[in-house]
Amino acid sequence: MEAVPPGERKQAKTDSTEKTWNLRLYVAGQTPKSIAAFSNLKKICEEHLAGKYRIEVVDLLKNPQLAKGDQIVAIPTLVRKLPEPLKKIIGDLANTERVLVGLDIRSISG
Amino acid sequence: MVKARRDIDVLKKSPTGIKGLDEITKGGLPKGRPTLLCGCAGSGKTLLAMEFLMRGAMDYEEPGVFMTFEETPEDLAKNFASLGFDLHGMTSRGLIATDYVRIERSEVEETGEYDLEGLFIRLGDAIDSIGAKRVVLDTIEALFAGLSNATILRAELRRLFHWMKERGVTAIVTGESGDKTLTRYGLEEYVADCVILLDFRIEEQISTRRLRIVKYRGSSHGADEYPFLIDESGISILPITSLGLDYPVSMERISTGVSKLDVMLDGKGFYRGSTVLVSGTAGTGKTSMSATFAAAACLRGERCLYFAFEESPSQIIRNMSSIGIDLARWVNKGFLKFHSTRPTLYGLEMHLVTFHKLIEDFNPQVFIVDPISNLSAAGKASEVKSILTRLIDYLKMKKISTFLTNLTHTGSSLERTSEEISSLIDTWLLLRDIELNGERNRGFYILKSRGMAHSNQIQEFLLTNQGIDLIDIYTGTGDVLTGSARIVQEAEEEASEHARRSEVDRRLREQERKMKAMDAKIAALRIEFDMESEEMNLMKEEERKRQSVLAEDRLKMADLRKGGPSALRRIARKRGGKGA
Repeated sequence: MEAVPPGERKQAKTDSTEKTWNLRLYVAGQTPKSIAAFSNLKKICEEHLAGKYRIEVVDLLKNPQLAKGDQIVAIPTLVRKLPEPLKKIIGDLANTERVLVGLDIRSISG
Repeated sequence: MVKARRDIDVLKKSPTGIKGLDEITKGGLPKGRPTLLCGCAGSGKTLLAMEFLMRGAMDYEEPGVFMTFEETPEDLAKNFASLGFDLHGMTSRGLIATDYVRIERSEVEETGEYDLEGLFIRLGDAIDSIGAKRVVLDTIEALFAGLSNATILRAELRRLFHWMKERGVTAIVTGESGDKTLTRYGLEEYVADCVILLDFRIEEQISTRRLRIVKYRGSSHGADEYPFLIDESGISILPITSLGLDYPVSMERISTGVSKLDVMLDGKGFYRGSTVLVSGTAGTGKTSMSATFAAAACLRGERCLYFAFEESPSQIIRNMSSIGIDLARWVNKGFLKFHSTRPTLYGLEMHLVTFHKLIEDFNPQVFIVDPISNLSAAGKASEVKSILTRLIDYLKMKKISTFLTNLTHTGSSLERTSEEISSLIDTWLLLRDIELNGERNRGFYILKSRGMAHSNQIQEFLLTNQGIDLIDIYTGTGDVLTGSARIVQEAEEEASEHARRSEVDRRLREQERKMKAMDAKIAALRIEFDMESEEMNLMKEEERKRQSVLAEDRLKMADLRKGGPSALRRIARKRGGKGA
């Protein structure tokens, strides 16, 4: 269930009053789309949520039963667990604009 | 030829366990392949898929996965419960696994390339968790509503069906009918092996569910539309048109319940498994005959299924007790089962399916429909005939003796059924009323009875408090007389017979008298004759005496005249010559 690869998990350290962004990326093995999605996500987070995000990568090949919980159908799927409400973005996250809209980041980073 | 045989070996089938469907598909759905089940909303797709899964798990040791895209697990459990299946129990026993896939378009943002590997993984996980052999996807088209990239979806669906084949699961994929296509999103493109279409039509305010196999690659199958029924025990499909005329026949004879009628039918009654029709106008005793036949069957220890389209069971029981037939006893013992419905309650085909289902459940030896003519209220005459043909074929196949009644209307020919089914009937009994001298009586005769010598006599049909009685009717002077007219005529006939007999006696006595008189006359004549003969003899003697006396007198006279001896000699010679 925990992050793959390790070391990508980043905790919010600077501002404790701001909410931590809890993101979960569902993948199925190391497919080109999964790798692209992860690097795209990381880039966006570093740019807009530096220091206050946490990415958890779930490989469904290893933990297939986890797919049910978040209603995962498409791969890759990014789920914004926190802040509420839950949001889902599917695809390789190549379109940064849409990811920002999907995650509702733009309004925060402003 | 060789190839065809190999195909048969290759194409294994997975029985659905659904009544009738396995007959139509000749063994079930293609094993290890997906089948597309399409139909409009409310046509019973989910129910059929569900039953396929449940029967597989319970009867064929094939656990199954139900993946729903539309219903929550709670709704699903309720649906299963409506068919009498305990979904939770089956799940905990590891026979069924369910997965509810929900995609809310408003919650999902699409950015770039993706695939449906998540779905594959979920399905694969569910299959592995119970070792499933069957899968239902109901209905996967919901994906099109949840995801916008149709190109990806289509590619992924193609991959999914391929993947399921590789996994070797027998799958049902449901899809909603489109305007001109079988499914709204063209799923039939991906599922090439077997496509089943469910239909739900309303004709003249009567609805009928129908099922049709659109295609079944590599297998023959019934091609018609088959009506089906959904009730508390699931789906029943009636393979009604797949019957032929090759049923075995029985030589066994069964009593009609009326001993006189048995006598009329070669002394033995109907053939077992034959089809008997009683037709007649209103109030001629058709139901009484049916009840008599039913009671006779129950008395033999047979089960009898009685379809009543006009009266409620209790009314029939009450009415029949008035002619001494106790049906309640047989109902209580479980030999007799009534089924009363109004013909217009549902469509013809549904009636047929109901017949079929009840026959399967009750397994009767005798089947009665009273009357079939009411079916025409539920459909066109040609349809009624087709339904009855299929019903009779089915009953013959099962060797069930069938007793149908038919109400003919005054004004139309009696020897004609409104449903034109006479050719299907083996024994046709006709009841008619005979109006005469201000009375209405019932006449009865056998119009035909295949395969046996039968009486050609018209009988008077009497309903007594001991049941049905048949009496020879008076046909002496050419007229048919029944009721009191018959009794009067019989009395008259007896009287005239008596008179005739005494007349003969009188004539005989007269003759005798004449004979005696004649004898007496003969005797008298003889006496007279004798007397006359005697008189004649006397006269002859007298004459002779007189002659001789005369001769003597002449001689004496000659002597007295002394005429000379020569003259006397001459006279004497002459006389002597003559005399010599």
